[in-house]
Amino acid sequence: MSNNKVIEVEGLTKMFGDFIAVNAITFNVEKGEIFGFLGANGAGKTTAMKMLIGISNPTSGAANVAGFDVFTNAEDIKKNIGYMSQKFALYDDLTVKENITFFGGIYGLSRKKIKEKSTILIEELGLQNVSNQLVGSLPLGWKQKIAFSVALLHNPKIVFLDEPTGGVDPITRRQFWEMIYKAANQGTTIFVTTHYMDEAEYCDRVSIMVNGKIEALNTPKKLKEQFKAKSMNDVFLKLARG
Amino acid sequence: MLPIIFVMPIIQLLILANAATFDVKNIKFGYVDYDHTTTSRALIEKFNASTYFNVLTNYPTEKFANNAILKGEVDVLITIPSYFERDLQVEKNNNIGVTINAIDGAAAGLENVYVTQIIQSFNKKLKIELMQPSDMQVQSINITTIPSFWYNKTLNYKTFMVPGILVLLVTMITLFLSGMNIVREKEIGTLEQINVTPIKKSQFIIGKLFPFWVIGLGLLTVGLIIAKLVFNVPMIGSLGLMYFYTSIYILVVLGIGLFISNFTDTQQQAMFIAWFFMVIFILMSGLFTPIESMPIWAQYITDFNPIKYFVEVMRMVMLKGSGFVDIIPQLLKTLLYAFIMNGLAVWSYKKTT
Repeated sequence: MSNNKVIEVEGLTKMFGDFIAVNAITFNVEKGEIFGFLGANGAGKTTAMKMLIGISNPTSGAANVAGFDVFTNAEDIKKNIGYMSQKFALYDDLTVKENITFFGGIYGLSRKKIKEKSTILIEELGLQNVSNQLVGSLPLGWKQKIAFSVALLHNPKIVFLDEPTGGVDPITRRQFWEMIYKAANQGTTIFVTTHYMDEAEYCDRVSIMVNGKIEALNTPKKLKEQFKAKSMNDVFLKLARG
Repeated sequence: MLPIIFVMPIIQLLILANAATFDVKNIKFGYVDYDHTTTSRALIEKFNASTYFNVLTNYPTEKFANNAILKGEVDVLITIPSYFERDLQVEKNNNIGVTINAIDGAAAGLENVYVTQIIQSFNKKLKIELMQPSDMQVQSINITTIPSFWYNKTLNYKTFMVPGILVLLVTMITLFLSGMNIVREKEIGTLEQINVTPIKKSQFIIGKLFPFWVIGLGLLTVGLIIAKLVFNVPMIGSLGLMYFYTSIYILVVLGIGLFISNFTDTQQQAMFIAWFFMVIFILMSGLFTPIESMPIWAQYITDFNPIKYFVEVMRMVMLKGSGFVDIIPQLLKTLLYAFIMNGLAVWSYKKTT
């Protein structure tokens, strides 16, 4: 069973001066799972995620991601994960193809592999007509799909998505979740934060963070039973209001 | 962006090299003549004939003339006393007053030299005219100096300035571009995306250096072509040596820029700091003021100024035709500097906060 855990977190804490942004959180994520990481704005989701992807040093606690320790082997973690931030972070002044080539290169894919992958990817996303356009000129929904595909480019074990569907229309959101399911079916673990409670229902398990602590963690079904709520929305409101 | 990078420095080179002159010309000249004789008029005519003094204004009294200096209408004022001609013939000796506006000390010094030269030549003429037959034997011995100006025979200030301004432009563009670069990615958010990839710190810095390095050498090329075609600056030394040195020098500037970029959070901060260094580097480079005239402590500071070495090498190679062996000291210091600055740039780039 423990072999299947791709993220193991124990008492992970991050302090900025006296302020405790993340307060001793403990949880595990299993291989192939879609793990929803919920919380109000400022609850500490993004800070917690940044520690797991190795760009923020934890103050204390322990965390193991994709088999590597976040304190000592952050760079090894980075080889095995994909990340998509809430801010679109591909290069606006490069074309779709150039972005794919660039990030593929950084992850050490061969030229041949990059060419193969980008052809498949552009076809799947239906971007044949715009593949030579600057990414900056595309609508946000398209950009987010491209960013997700780029995050999957090197077949990572885990993909971290920080509010991937923020500001995106409902149709694109649905398409986006179809992409997430497809990746999960292929064995990729998905770690996703969101503010859309209907999206929380799509997750295998959900954790809810309030003021730096994880207050609830279970399957959406069990959470609803536990809090005697009709929907995840009610669960969230009950917890976040305290 | 690319056209701006190349067009701006070309315009600057054309304007600065023509405008930033150390020659003192078009001096506004005024005089007060209390004497009104042939001799006094002859003296004024001497000034009139000189190419340095162009506006000649006659003032009735010193009071008017002083007022004119105050208003900035006159730079140099000559006062010829009454009985100038008579006293000269009787006593063979006389004084005239010279007043110079010395707010710009260097210009005032030059103006004084011009005035003295004109009066001396007037003296000689007078001596011959006033000479009595009995004076024949005691003719004074005249020593004339014949200066020979090396490396810049015609004392053309453009020959001196163009290599320096070229150095400035290459430095300015590469420093600002690199200084703004990483911090810009911080602002857009792409740096975070890069930080979650397994890219090595040194790979990242080299990747950032390379395009600016190419742009820097491109600027040098354009600048050298203009220096040759427009200003006809002599290029005695080897072009290869110039490129070799510049290619190392640009690494120093880029290292400084990337180091600044890593330490700042916004492009404004980076710009401020880049300007701070740029102004010190320019004014203490020996480009506008000779380093030898600076106080000792300031001379020590110039040892840390990369522009100083570039200006030296540029002038040595272009104007004197110095070879590889001559520039070894500058080359070694620049190389060391490049290693230190780029080491700092790699060190200060933090993938984890």
